[in-house]
Amino acid sequence: MDQKTTNTTPGTAVGKPSVREAAAEAPAAAARLIVSSSPHFMADESIPKIMHTVVAALMPAAAASIYFFGWRALLLIVFCIASCLATEYAFQRIRRQPVKIHDGSAVITGMLLAMTLPAGFPLFGAFLGSFFAIGVGKQLFGGLGYNIFNPALLGRAFLMATYPVLTTTWVEPRTVEKAVDAVTAATPIGLWKFEGNMDFNLLDMFLGNTAGSLGETSALAIIIGGLYLRYKGYINWKLPLGYLGTIAAVSAVFWLVNPARYPDPLFHLFAGGAMLGAWFMVTDMVTSPTTSLGQWIFVIAAGVMAVVIRIFGGLPEGVMYSILFMNAFVPLLNKHTRPRVFGMVKSGKG
Amino acid sequence: MGHRTFERGIHPSYYKELTSGKRVEPAALPRTVVIPLQQHAGTPCEPLVKKGETVQEGQKIGDVKAFVTAPVHASISGKVKDIELANHPNGYRCASVVIEGDGSLRQWGSDGKVVDIGALQPEAVRQAIREAGIVGLGGAAFPSSVKLSPPKGKAVDTVILNGCECEPYLTADHRTMVEEPEKVVWGLKALMRASGAARGFIGIEENKPDAIDALTRALSGSPEIGITVLEAKYPQGAEKMLISAAVGRKVPPGKLPFDVGVLVNNVGTAVAVFEALNWGKPLIERVVTISGNGVREPKNLRVRVGTLFGEVIDQCGGLVGSEIEVLNGGPMMGNSQSTLAVPVTKGTTGITVISADEIQVRPYEPCIKCGNCVEVCPMGLMPYRLGDYGKLQMTAEISALDGLSCLECGCCSYVCPAKRPLIQWIRVGKLKLRQEARKAQGAK
Repeated sequence: MDQKTTNTTPGTAVGKPSVREAAAEAPAAAARLIVSSSPHFMADESIPKIMHTVVAALMPAAAASIYFFGWRALLLIVFCIASCLATEYAFQRIRRQPVKIHDGSAVITGMLLAMTLPAGFPLFGAFLGSFFAIGVGKQLFGGLGYNIFNPALLGRAFLMATYPVLTTTWVEPRTVEKAVDAVTAATPIGLWKFEGNMDFNLLDMFLGNTAGSLGETSALAIIIGGLYLRYKGYINWKLPLGYLGTIAAVSAVFWLVNPARYPDPLFHLFAGGAMLGAWFMVTDMVTSPTTSLGQWIFVIAAGVMAVVIRIFGGLPEGVMYSILFMNAFVPLLNKHTRPRVFGMVKSGKG
Repeated sequence: MGHRTFERGIHPSYYKELTSGKRVEPAALPRTVVIPLQQHAGTPCEPLVKKGETVQEGQKIGDVKAFVTAPVHASISGKVKDIELANHPNGYRCASVVIEGDGSLRQWGSDGKVVDIGALQPEAVRQAIREAGIVGLGGAAFPSSVKLSPPKGKAVDTVILNGCECEPYLTADHRTMVEEPEKVVWGLKALMRASGAARGFIGIEENKPDAIDALTRALSGSPEIGITVLEAKYPQGAEKMLISAAVGRKVPPGKLPFDVGVLVNNVGTAVAVFEALNWGKPLIERVVTISGNGVREPKNLRVRVGTLFGEVIDQCGGLVGSEIEVLNGGPMMGNSQSTLAVPVTKGTTGITVISADEIQVRPYEPCIKCGNCVEVCPMGLMPYRLGDYGKLQMTAEISALDGLSCLECGCCSYVCPAKRPLIQWIRVGKLKLRQEARKAQGAK
């Protein structure tokens, strides 16, 4: 039913002689006719094209991480991608599904997972995270398109539970002058949250010149990639801007009430995983709502949650859990935020 | 930019330049025609002629006593060769009258006289339109006389002529507006007179400036009629979309345009009305655009109803390549033909021939919930969910998601990156839902 069928003319489809004669007189009837369902025009889009564009959009952030954290960052990124591809391949073989590791989706998961890890993270741990992200987060749900949670974030959450210390042991970027070789360092959020240190340099945070996970530190590089994705039409403005806007708005309330204790909204935007989450995780097609209203609810609720976890929670960072938590609501949001049907006066039907 | 339009929709490539500058040429007189007894939405006609009978061009050869129907006429003079089941371009087999022509031609409207609009009686207009077998020429082929007979209590205050022609490739309406603007305007006035409407609009997409110019000139001295310039967007020509863009009224689900006081007709239909009322000429020929990369010389032809596709294509230099897809209509909503021995009907707006390299035969992928289909659906539906339910024939869910509102315009399938055949599935689901409803009604 879904496959196109062919029929040659003049052929058996034609009945009585008179019609067949008429057709035979026409030389045009010698061609092989393809029969398919409308529409016969389709946009030049495909899943691999989207995924490869996202990979390209992650390149600036990957380059920045290598610049700031050295070759170890590159090793971690490549290793995570390879682990994700290997896991995807193994699961697709075991599930007797067509192997589609070339579609680019596992590459994105590997890159995103690596970007949420500190540069010194052990490779075995990175493999476990990749395995969990693809194996449990994606393939056990049924593969691409069927997963509820963002696989990279799920992998990161798994590592957070498995290696609570290692996932939060950051190193200074090599661009920062330091007396001792490669000592551990705290991120701006960690410094503020656990040491009450409000002395941060916003420019360094914007450029990425701070301790932190690989791809999260350079807001600039992430924004460049995000704008490229927007230019290509693969992300909707309201997802990243709604998320970041909510983070800014909620943190501004705290900052206005007590600027001595709470950092300003720009700090919240440039610190931690906010930028990476906003441009590359909130915008994940599979795990974000399909309706306009659903998308607004999704990003606003996630934004509020991210700030609340940052300010009141026991964790150093709230972006990951805010997005994962809202991922769980996506099917519900899709169900209850249907667009208004054309000409429908009241949305009477559920 | 800044032109009126509807919400959502898509901007496909139109490729209209292949034929938009080409005058409508009369097609060669066919030697044989196959005239289906059903060329309209509604009850099929019964044949009024017998095998071996001689018929004149314009003679009524099929009719039926029913409200929603339109009679059919002989498009050439000659002898009835047979009445048989033949292929219909809509994809089924249909009782058809086969006429072998004698090569003679009848002259229509040679005296050049035009009836005064003020002298027209509404009921006489409606009757003349019915007898001429006029149906909507935009593709759906709904009998025009039925549109002019709204149920009691429903008054029409506005007539809109549809000159959007939003399907890629097609330029039949465009050329009609450029070449016969006076007939279009006269036809619109007659329709306004027959329906009692005080206002008239002609909706044209901005990408047809020559049509807008021609009609603006033809409309001088007719303040009751306006031209609504619309954004070139698909499906701007869908009736509900056009009404919403032109007069800001939304036709509720399951309702018809006269429920919001509007009557919509295609510009080609207006020309047919002119010819029927002034010349007594029934609907026996229409303008067809033959275009696409699979045809050697794209053209706009005035084709007699019943001419076989193969003959029409031969007059356009034939096909390019040995593997092609031939569509009745445009690429968005047209349906593929399995044989070229199908006749042009009243609803054939165009014959689009898609070349081998444009045909997209590939397996579909799982839905990645990108939401593109929801973003473009002009009816505000959720096509990816309807598609899944249609595929599984889960009719209760299709009904709950207002699947019957689907226009089958194809925007969702067009934008789907996973190439899922959403429209095909939704069509299956709608069909199943309608079958079940009919069965339930029968059981009562």
